[in-house]
Amino acid sequence: MEEPVKVAVDENQEYVINMGPQHPSTHGVLRLVLALKGEIVKNVEPHIGYVHRGMEKMCESITYPQIIHLTDRMDYLSAHINNEAVCLAVEKALEAEIPDRIKVIRTIMSELTRIQSHQLFWATFGMDLGGLTCFFYGLRDREKILDIFEETCGGRMIVSYNCPGGLMYDIHPNFQKRVKEFIKYFRKILPEYDQLLTGNIIFQERTRGIGRLSLEDAISYGVTGPTGRASGFSCDVRKHEPYSAYDRVKFNEVLFSEGDTFHRYLARMEEMRVSMDIVEQLIDNIPEGPFAVKLKPVIRLPEGEYYQRVETARGELGVFIISDGNKNPYRIKFRSPCFSNLWVLNLISRDFKIADLVAIGGSLDLVIPDIDR
Amino acid sequence: MDSVQLAEKLRSLNAEAVVTEGKQFVEIQIPPSGLYSLARQLKENEDTGFDFLFCLSGVDYGHDLGVVYHLRSTKYGHSVVLKSRTSDRVDPQLDSVADIWRTAEFHEREVFDLLGIKFTNHPDLRRFFLPSSAGFPLRKDFVDDINIVTKK
Amino acid sequence: MFDFAPLTKWIDTVLHNAMSPFWAVVVEMLIVGVLILLFYALIGLFLVYAERKVCAFMQNRLGPNRVGPFGLFQTIADLVKLLLVELVPIRNADKFLFNLAPFIVITASFMAIAAIPFAKGLHAIDLNIGIFYVIAVSAMGVIGILLAGWASNNKYSLIGAMRSGAQIVSYELSVGLSLITMVILAGSMQLSVIVEGQATGWFIFKGHIPAFIAFIVFLVASTAETNRGPFDLAEAESELTAGYHTEYSGIKFAFFFLAEYMNMFIVASIAATVFLGGWMPFHVGNWDGFNAVMDFIPPFVWYIVKTFFVVFLMMWFKWTFPRLRIDQLLTLEWKYLLPINLVNVLIMAFIVLMGWHF
Repeated sequence: MEEPVKVAVDENQEYVINMGPQHPSTHGVLRLVLALKGEIVKNVEPHIGYVHRGMEKMCESITYPQIIHLTDRMDYLSAHINNEAVCLAVEKALEAEIPDRIKVIRTIMSELTRIQSHQLFWATFGMDLGGLTCFFYGLRDREKILDIFEETCGGRMIVSYNCPGGLMYDIHPNFQKRVKEFIKYFRKILPEYDQLLTGNIIFQERTRGIGRLSLEDAISYGVTGPTGRASGFSCDVRKHEPYSAYDRVKFNEVLFSEGDTFHRYLARMEEMRVSMDIVEQLIDNIPEGPFAVKLKPVIRLPEGEYYQRVETARGELGVFIISDGNKNPYRIKFRSPCFSNLWVLNLISRDFKIADLVAIGGSLDLVIPDIDR
Repeated sequence: MDSVQLAEKLRSLNAEAVVTEGKQFVEIQIPPSGLYSLARQLKENEDTGFDFLFCLSGVDYGHDLGVVYHLRSTKYGHSVVLKSRTSDRVDPQLDSVADIWRTAEFHEREVFDLLGIKFTNHPDLRRFFLPSSAGFPLRKDFVDDINIVTKK
Repeated sequence: MFDFAPLTKWIDTVLHNAMSPFWAVVVEMLIVGVLILLFYALIGLFLVYAERKVCAFMQNRLGPNRVGPFGLFQTIADLVKLLLVELVPIRNADKFLFNLAPFIVITASFMAIAAIPFAKGLHAIDLNIGIFYVIAVSAMGVIGILLAGWASNNKYSLIGAMRSGAQIVSYELSVGLSLITMVILAGSMQLSVIVEGQATGWFIFKGHIPAFIAFIVFLVASTAETNRGPFDLAEAESELTAGYHTEYSGIKFAFFFLAEYMNMFIVASIAATVFLGGWMPFHVGNWDGFNAVMDFIPPFVWYIVKTFFVVFLMMWFKWTFPRLRIDQLLTLEWKYLLPINLVNVLIMAFIVLMGWHF
């Protein structure tokens, strides 16, 4: 976090604008220092750290079950998946045997989380491009998933449903019925999203060919998730390194090769369909069994290093734990997807207009607390 | 290529490197002097092809400061962990790998911010989150009487 | 048909009998001024309410529904709030220009409304170059927007103002040319004559395809000229926070706000007057019975219904389309609308020359 830039015109005779930290389209407290030639963006310098909470340092003094509730606050839109990452890492370290019921429920919850995150993406992306109506439709449908979460977990957005060794509580008796109702409803609604935004000629003109990210750059910059897959980077952890119940479902990894804003958008729209497929395959086959296995009351990981990757709605989340055999991690590192994804912004939005910068920034789908941690 | 073959291959790359097969990944320990050349080899060698740096973490090992690089090859799908540590706590220096993997530029800035490891040849080494007057909070000897509560 | 001319004539005679001609004119001016101001404020308030309701229904919401029946008094409550709210002083702004800008914007729209015929014999001034006057006066508003952007000493405002300048200057051409197409058909620039000319059918029907094209072009160009979505680049909420009026608060902001809605109302009025017959009821050729029935609906109602139909169209655009980018906006004007318009004028002239119109 540095001092605000106060010059109006910099040494290259470019007009300097501090976009953010309070700005409608930076989706949080991100500050972009733009150098403009007229309307054309010549340089973008992201300044981060406005919601830095020193999470990694905090984790060093708390126990593993407590860490789970902190990870909710990183990428709050895929809170459940973040929890899962820590739980999986802890369970892997303890070599705990996890019953199928837990795996299946975790997978269903993760996919619902992914759908609601992409719904919010659709809503805010439409708003970034000036189509305010999208926002309300996106949030209307997201509400239905949040209601399902509320019934089962008590929380709506930040669910804290996982705990090492399983889940906090069993699913609500209505869970299966309501999820099936939602899938049926959302399959009908999703084409409406396309009618309102995807097919719109202005929308296509605004997004096609804008902010092209090549495959080499995507890999070199470590861009994962739908953003990377739109550039053809096959990086779906669910496919390459299946965790939970992903090895027992059939689904396609959404891959495009164009890598422009439109395809980043399209990748997310497709992923909602894929997620619905996954949920449909699992929702009728939740095995019987306990919803949590009993671990030791105080969890101490054996000495060593553990790395667990999961696929959040934004990309690859890595949890790297170094344990010294204590009940706190010696060092924990969260490799958050948004932190890596953010830095292509300068690369791909240079020489486009301000309006394109907003569209590109929206299509990266950044969550600022995930960057700062 | 399974992990045994990969370890063999890696041993042949650099004499200084200590290659061990861990539970999850093959691990390489490399002294700071050989870090940059080994990193370049790992990326450019046909058989290894580690082109995706998916995690870069700075670690305070107590007496040493180190950096852990998690690498993956998008072509072969295998992963490796590269570790390098320096015992100089006052002015710790490691080579930057930012020109090999672009994402390292920003992860290294984060490590510099939180652990104070200076990366030589880094294009733009500035602090990320914290003001320049702050210390390096992820170091184990960092003290902050106000914000850190320690259990006695 | 209802004619307001006898009423206005009677008031004129009464005043002239009561006082000297000079004072009579002064009193008449005052009456007209007060009436138009009242009308202006009422329509402005209602439009804000209408927009909120329309956009709410398009977005699956209810819109204002607490203050008064159906939330009708919500905008009045908002107006009171805007009147009472503090005017935030801007430290490095150019004070004089900063304060002047909203007045220029609102005066421009206020002047334009004077020439619009609301009903037969009901208009403040019936200039023989009515259309020319409206175009000229409504274009003045851009000066206010440019001043607002410049004087605010805010980078977003400046970009917004520059965009607005480029946009309005370009789209002024299309608005003018599409109206000229209709002037050729009508043979006059006087708005009352244009309306009278539509007694046997509205111009949009009489003028074959060119009139229809002109209507579409006018609709697009006037939406752009009033800085409304999808052409609201000067405000561009997601890019420039609020564009040229970022720094304004209280009543000065309310002026910009009101002027935006009134500009929309004015262009809708012009569209209704020139293309849809203004206050003229819906007449079909020689169907005397049908025409007589239509005449029973008062002309003012016709005028308001048509205007609000066009206003609704513009709201519909705004709430369904994403925003254009500045280069796309200018491409649309200079590469598509302007050539179409030029050809359209020629075709219309040819049609009128050959007497092929109805």
